[in-house]
Amino acid sequence: MDNNFKIFTSFIKDLLNYSLKGDKIYHLWMGLLTFLMIGGAYLYTKQLQSGLAITGMNDHVSWGLYISNFTFLVGLAAAAVMLVIPAYIFSDVDLYKVVLIGEGVAVGALLMCLAFVTVDIGGPQRFWHLIPGIGRLNFPQSLLAWDIIVLNGYLLLNLLIPFYILFNKYRGEAPNKKIYVPLVFLSIFWAVALHMVTAFLYAGLSARPFWNNALLGPRFLASAFAGGPAFILVMLGFTKRFSNFKVDESILDKIAVIVTIAAQINLVMLGSEVFKEFYNATHHSISAVYLFFGIGEKSALVPWIWTAISLNIIATLTLTIHKLRNNDFFRYSACVLLFAAIWIEKGMGLVVPGFIPSPLGSVVEYHPTLVEIGITIGIWAFGLFVITLLVRLGFAIEQNIIKYKEKASS
Amino acid sequence: MKGLRERLKSFLGLEESENPSKFDFLGRKKQSRRGFLKDATTTAGIGASIMGVGASTLIGEEEKEKLSLSWENYFKSNYKYMSKRDRKKAVKRLERLAKLKRDENVSISDKDAIPGVLFGYAFNISKCEGYMDCIKACLEENNLDRKSNMQYIKVFEVENGTLSVENGDNHFFHETPTDEHFYMGTQCMHCENPPCVPVCPTEATWKENDGIVVVDYDWCIGCRYCEAACPYEARRFNWAEPEVSSDQLTTNQHYLGNRRKAKGVMEKCTFCIQRSREGENPACVEACPTGARVFGNLLDPNSEIRKIIETKKVFRLKEELGTEPKFWYYMD
Repeated sequence: MDNNFKIFTSFIKDLLNYSLKGDKIYHLWMGLLTFLMIGGAYLYTKQLQSGLAITGMNDHVSWGLYISNFTFLVGLAAAAVMLVIPAYIFSDVDLYKVVLIGEGVAVGALLMCLAFVTVDIGGPQRFWHLIPGIGRLNFPQSLLAWDIIVLNGYLLLNLLIPFYILFNKYRGEAPNKKIYVPLVFLSIFWAVALHMVTAFLYAGLSARPFWNNALLGPRFLASAFAGGPAFILVMLGFTKRFSNFKVDESILDKIAVIVTIAAQINLVMLGSEVFKEFYNATHHSISAVYLFFGIGEKSALVPWIWTAISLNIIATLTLTIHKLRNNDFFRYSACVLLFAAIWIEKGMGLVVPGFIPSPLGSVVEYHPTLVEIGITIGIWAFGLFVITLLVRLGFAIEQNIIKYKEKASS
Repeated sequence: MKGLRERLKSFLGLEESENPSKFDFLGRKKQSRRGFLKDATTTAGIGASIMGVGASTLIGEEEKEKLSLSWENYFKSNYKYMSKRDRKKAVKRLERLAKLKRDENVSISDKDAIPGVLFGYAFNISKCEGYMDCIKACLEENNLDRKSNMQYIKVFEVENGTLSVENGDNHFFHETPTDEHFYMGTQCMHCENPPCVPVCPTEATWKENDGIVVVDYDWCIGCRYCEAACPYEARRFNWAEPEVSSDQLTTNQHYLGNRRKAKGVMEKCTFCIQRSREGENPACVEACPTGARVFGNLLDPNSEIRKIIETKKVFRLKEELGTEPKFWYYMD
């Protein structure tokens, strides 16, 4: 026991030491992120002083950039771990290695989710009202209560599993499969649940026909399964090129296939939605009309959605053609485009148009303010900071660069 | 739990004593620089140092009371689950805080729903002429934010030929009525199945026994999920600190009604709970010059509202959603 504690303290020390060391690019990157984070924090104090009136939100469009990013990032968090499903189906050892990376990404994404929710609520100082026991969590009635539970549970799982595996690796022992494999499976189910619950948050509102749609949950999964692995693929490609870590080409190929299939399914679902909204447009299609074509003079979202759809189609086609998918330049460009497309789709293309027009027919547009955008950038910087840190440490332990024995002998 | 609370309080006591004045271990008053400056300015006009000490002690006491009341106020629980005694205490605290913070003499009621009462509302679209006196009365009665000109009520001008409020316009700036239009007011419909209630993650909003859908303004965390869930645009969020000057404040208040709200919380029409539970009509009904608005007890077979529902052709908005609004429209 005592020995374990000793190993643990040296584990933490080594991780900290390693995180502080790095080449110029690493320091520049982390410095930039820190700068953006501080900027975001400063703007958040401004928002706390003046209230959410400083954002572009209003009583008509009552959720904006924050909740859009939250929704998108839930997908990123969920998708990262869902990479394990094909790993299991094809009993593929390579992909298991990526799971650790995925979990690092998931932790970063989840922390961003929590941050986005925190900056969105009007009374963050009253957060304790949500804690069962001292407050009142409205479970199981409120889908938001469900979301809080799945989000925090998922965060816990994604901290626990990598910690267990990496800590054992660090001290040179094989992790016990009986302990972590069930947890990995639990986290797969949890990932699906996480994204479905977040979709139900919207789909459960009969007041908003644009969201009140049975395809929303499955579509969330498909788009997340495309966008999340696309992010990981770009990250791995970047790692391969700019760091000393080894990344197998075969892993990259497999992830590219996963991204491709998910992007294709996502497009099919998009087609299905567009057909339903426009073939026989009812009053309930009015939000879709606003999103795709605008209503009268008001058409703020039109450029967004057409950008998203164009990027989506270009990226999916590029990935579908084998020759292009296997070419590094096209592969990574397509992944970046796809990621951007899905980010727009989940935010400006899903959350915002749900509010426009309002239930009684007013068309009030939404334009995020600079403060809102600054806070959003700050939170993204924070998330990327965490992801960089975790993924880098994961690689270093996985590839025996940080090791308990070595340190003891030196 | 109590131990923790006591500890927190003593922790606060420590915090308080730093500003504006500090007591040393013998209990003698020791002034911090900020406290001294503050006291100095308050006593500057008096001049006499003896009186100055007296005045600063008094201010210290009031500041201390304010802080400790605010602290207790922060840790109070959800009104829905408070005991009768806790409610009384919470009300007293708020009244005292209003006095200390802004020198306002408010009386806050915690009156429960009266058994045998279920409130309902009827709106005569043949009578309403779009004068909007209801909106003004509502703003004044409910202490709504003057800066953003918050309105619980919307009056839609709808062109003849449709009954759909979605085709109407609630931003018209011309003399009313006009021949081609009729007017439809909307506000919280106090649904029997309110979609805004179950979505709240903290149970900060609920339906009272007399059918009024209320918000505990001090329990709401401001996530605005209820606002997204409402099909009638009935909820209003305080995007900034609401402003109502003391001389314009309606001082007859209810905990769940027209008391002052803070930045970052949701609020909505409560059928003027502070009035309706005392047997009065809501302010909008009273203000309406055309008699288009009727309010009453749905469980009383002799009430006017029951007669309207039974004898007139009535309709409600978005019945297909199954929300069962207790707000009917009818025509002569």
